[in-house]
Amino acid sequence: MREIAVVSSAIHQVEALTFKTDVQLMVSLINEARDAVDLVQADVGFTCSGSSDFLAGQGFSFVQTLDAVGASPPINESHVEMDGAFALYEAWVKLQIGEIDIALVYSYGKSSPGSRRDVLAVQLDPYTVAPLWPDAHAVAALQARLLIESGAVTAEELAAIAVRSQRNAVGNPNALRASADVTVADVLATAVVADPLRAADLAAEADGGCAMVLAAGDRARELCDRPVWIRGIDHRIDAHGLGVRDLVTAPSATLATIHAADRAGFGADSVDIAELHAASTAQAHILTVGIGLGHDVRIDPSGGSLAGDTLMAAGLMRMAEAARQVASGDADRALAHASSGPCLQQNLVCLLEGD
Amino acid sequence: MPVNEVKGVTAKLSEQERLRADLVIAYPFTRTTGPVVGAFMTGLRDRQIVGSRRADGRVFVPAAEVDPDTGNSLSEIVDVASVGVVETWTWVDPPRPGSPWDGPHGLALVRLDGADTPMLHGVLVDSVADMATGMRVEAVWREERVGHITDLLGFVPEGTGTVDPEIGNKSAEADPVRSIRTPIRLEYDFIPSAAAQEYLRAYAEKRILGNRSPVDGAVFVPPRGVDPRSGTEITEMVELPHTGHIGNFCITHLPIPGRSDLPTPYVSAWIHLDGADIGFLGLVSGCENDEVRIGMRVLAVWKADEELGATAENILYWEPSGEPDVPVEQAGNRAWPGGEIRNA
Repeated sequence: MREIAVVSSAIHQVEALTFKTDVQLMVSLINEARDAVDLVQADVGFTCSGSSDFLAGQGFSFVQTLDAVGASPPINESHVEMDGAFALYEAWVKLQIGEIDIALVYSYGKSSPGSRRDVLAVQLDPYTVAPLWPDAHAVAALQARLLIESGAVTAEELAAIAVRSQRNAVGNPNALRASADVTVADVLATAVVADPLRAADLAAEADGGCAMVLAAGDRARELCDRPVWIRGIDHRIDAHGLGVRDLVTAPSATLATIHAADRAGFGADSVDIAELHAASTAQAHILTVGIGLGHDVRIDPSGGSLAGDTLMAAGLMRMAEAARQVASGDADRALAHASSGPCLQQNLVCLLEGD
Repeated sequence: MPVNEVKGVTAKLSEQERLRADLVIAYPFTRTTGPVVGAFMTGLRDRQIVGSRRADGRVFVPAAEVDPDTGNSLSEIVDVASVGVVETWTWVDPPRPGSPWDGPHGLALVRLDGADTPMLHGVLVDSVADMATGMRVEAVWREERVGHITDLLGFVPEGTGTVDPEIGNKSAEADPVRSIRTPIRLEYDFIPSAAAQEYLRAYAEKRILGNRSPVDGAVFVPPRGVDPRSGTEITEMVELPHTGHIGNFCITHLPIPGRSDLPTPYVSAWIHLDGADIGFLGLVSGCENDEVRIGMRVLAVWKADEELGATAENILYWEPSGEPDVPVEQAGNRAWPGGEIRNA
């Protein structure tokens, strides 16, 4: 395997990017990520992005966003209609093939012009489920109730996950929901919005984007002081139907972790920090168990996706936040997770390590 | 087809006054079902819920075409009961747009007697206090059924529905369901970027704005706030004349909805304004179609002043100006000559 590292990243996340287009957002983020390692687009061998036409309300919307890259002379690029973490995986594969040494990955989501919780209903089975328009909060609630009633976790323990996220998010300029002094009692005192979930149990909906530069081997060492090596990365998927899965587990997260750990030579029990891409506190719990995070792992030091969840970019942001923890020396080993589909159907696990 | 109507016309960026547009995307999908999902839909039409049985005897409801564990096709269709148990639930208030319910309702995974997997549907009770995991429920049906998941109105507590002795009797309609309609409609509150807002407001005053690139002075119209060749932000606006030339064109034989003033066939063209380095799309009229050519000089024909608004429709079409043509080799795109970024 080639050594591949995250060498720079840029994140911007707010409640609503009212007057900024996806293109304008990504101009600043892509330039920030490239400038941080003194690269121009001509140095980049492969560019891969993630976004969703359903958020933009426009077919092939990602083509316009290439304006932000500067695609002249023509560039080698690809796109996934998924979170940018899966674009990162494609770029990692491209780097492994050995044809290129530097890749640019970015993704973005501006869901504020539409009703995000309803837009997400169209990802469900179009024959027997989507025509009922179950919104994303309701689907998350069905999973959370199963988890609570299985005895695995209490509403108080879920509230404690919300508190952890909000407290960790203090100081993160990209977090929407942060509080240094919020308590479990505070969370439990708020209204239930999708029984049994409270607003604080649901990831804070955000607009935003993330850009990242990956580099291989010595090129990575030239570009930055402390490359964050991707030691293992894998993604797996469970069945689509909600009724055919055991929704209180995430077998694909478990399997992705096993395969990523095989490559990395270390597993989820020996990382210092983990960044989780969860749509709810219940999902954060399911992932913590399914991935097998050790008790002393600091989970979501940035606040995680619960503190700010940009559709299509929240997973890539987890990679970037985890990489920053390693790059700064605050962690030596980190786990970053991304998910896709309803109720943690698809999961990507990335194990990162500094030199 | 998307509907895109610009409503606001004022100049300021405050929430009350900013330009915005309703953007509605609707798809009238008709989906073929295949034999297994078709059997499920046919069953719904007949008030009989069916599943598919896999090799180990487990029954998937709704009927699944494929065993997710093995990837094997499933084809054995079996009837299950119209009564079952709520495995998990939530309460939806207010009801979601597009959903079949117009009031607050439960939403649950219900495992019917005889099924091994639960199915999602509504639970029709008065309040969240009436919902409970483990509650027994029965199906209630729409009177007019077509073979669709919404033939099932939802579930009610067992014993409170209208027990219909005809449940399970096949309908007179013999043909199995082969397709279903699943229209999708999504609504967006579209707000143009600051550059586009400035462009549209100027356009409402018969002024055409472009962006001048800090890289080499190339002018882009309409302005998008970015030089797409290098990904450089642009803030400088320039005003452009209402004259230019045709960089390329095509003749179209299909009418444009809402443009009954435009006889077919009509000409659409890339209009390269004097002083701009890229073209933008416009219609060409005021001459015979076979006179239209690359390099032809044109000028804008605007709507009547009282009809102007912050919309791209302000220029009705471009007509020949009568000036000598731009030589063909100089016509068209100037921002990417030969595919290279031009030097300042």
